[in-house]
Amino acid sequence: MSKIKKFMYVNRRAPYGTVYALESLEVVLIGAAFDQDVSLAFIGDGVYQLKSDQDSSDSDQKNFSPIYQALGDYDVSKLYVEKESLEERGLTLEELMPLTYEDEDDDWAEKDSIRVVSRDEMAELMDQQDVLFNF
Amino acid sequence: MPIEVDGKTFETDEEGYLANLNDWVPGVADVMSKEDDLELTDEHWDIINFLREYYEEYQIAPAVRVLTKAVGKRMGKDKGNSKYLYGLFPYGPGKQACRYAGLPKPTGCV
Repeated sequence: MSKIKKFMYVNRRAPYGTVYALESLEVVLIGAAFDQDVSLAFIGDGVYQLKSDQDSSDSDQKNFSPIYQALGDYDVSKLYVEKESLEERGLTLEELMPLTYEDEDDDWAEKDSIRVVSRDEMAELMDQQDVLFNF
Repeated sequence: MPIEVDGKTFETDEEGYLANLNDWVPGVADVMSKEDDLELTDEHWDIINFLREYYEEYQIAPAVRVLTKAVGKRMGKDKGNSKYLYGLFPYGPGKQACRYAGLPKPTGCV
C-alpha cells in the first residue's frame, strides 16, 4: 500500500457568493474515499462557512451547511479554525455549528471535530502537510 | 431519458437519475426497479427511505461506505454490511438505491 499522505483543504472564502466553499466540500467528500490523512483549515472569511443558523435565501445558492455535519461519517474529523480569524470577525466557537465524529479507537465516543488553533499553530500544521488545496 | 410514472413524465439525467429531487413519488422507484428486473421488497424500501431521510438531513447522497456504516448504526450490524446491501441492490447500493430514491449520484462514488 502506498504511503498515506497528509492532505489539507484550506478554506478562505465566505460560503455564498462564489462556489469555492461548496466545491471544496465536494472535493473533500470525494477525496475521503482514498484513505488519506485529511484535515480542513478555515481562515479569513472561510470561518463563516461553519457559522450555525445559516440562511442563504437572499442568495441564489442553497444552504449547504448541513453537509458539514456529514463529514464525521466520511471520517473527516479534523477541522482547524483559526482563532484570530474568528476574533477579527467578532465570532466565537459557540456561534459555529457543533460538529462531531465518532472515534473508532475510543469505543465510538462522540468527539468535537472543530479545533480552534492560533495563527502560529495553523502555520505549523500547514508546514506538516504533504498536499495543500486552496479554496 | 425521461421515465413515465402513473401517466406523469419525469426528467432524468444521462445516467438515469431524477433531474428534480422534489418530483419524487414512490412510483418512481417501482418503475425504475422494473426496468432493472428487480422486485422491491420491504427491505429495499427500508434502504430507499433511509437514503431519503439522510439526504433530507445532510443534503447529500452518501457514498456506499458511509451508507453501510449509517445503516449498521440505525438498523443493526446484520444489515450494515456490503454483502446484505449488494444482495438487495446488485448494481451497487449507493448508485442504484440513490437512483430509486430520487437522489443524485452519491458524492464520493467514483
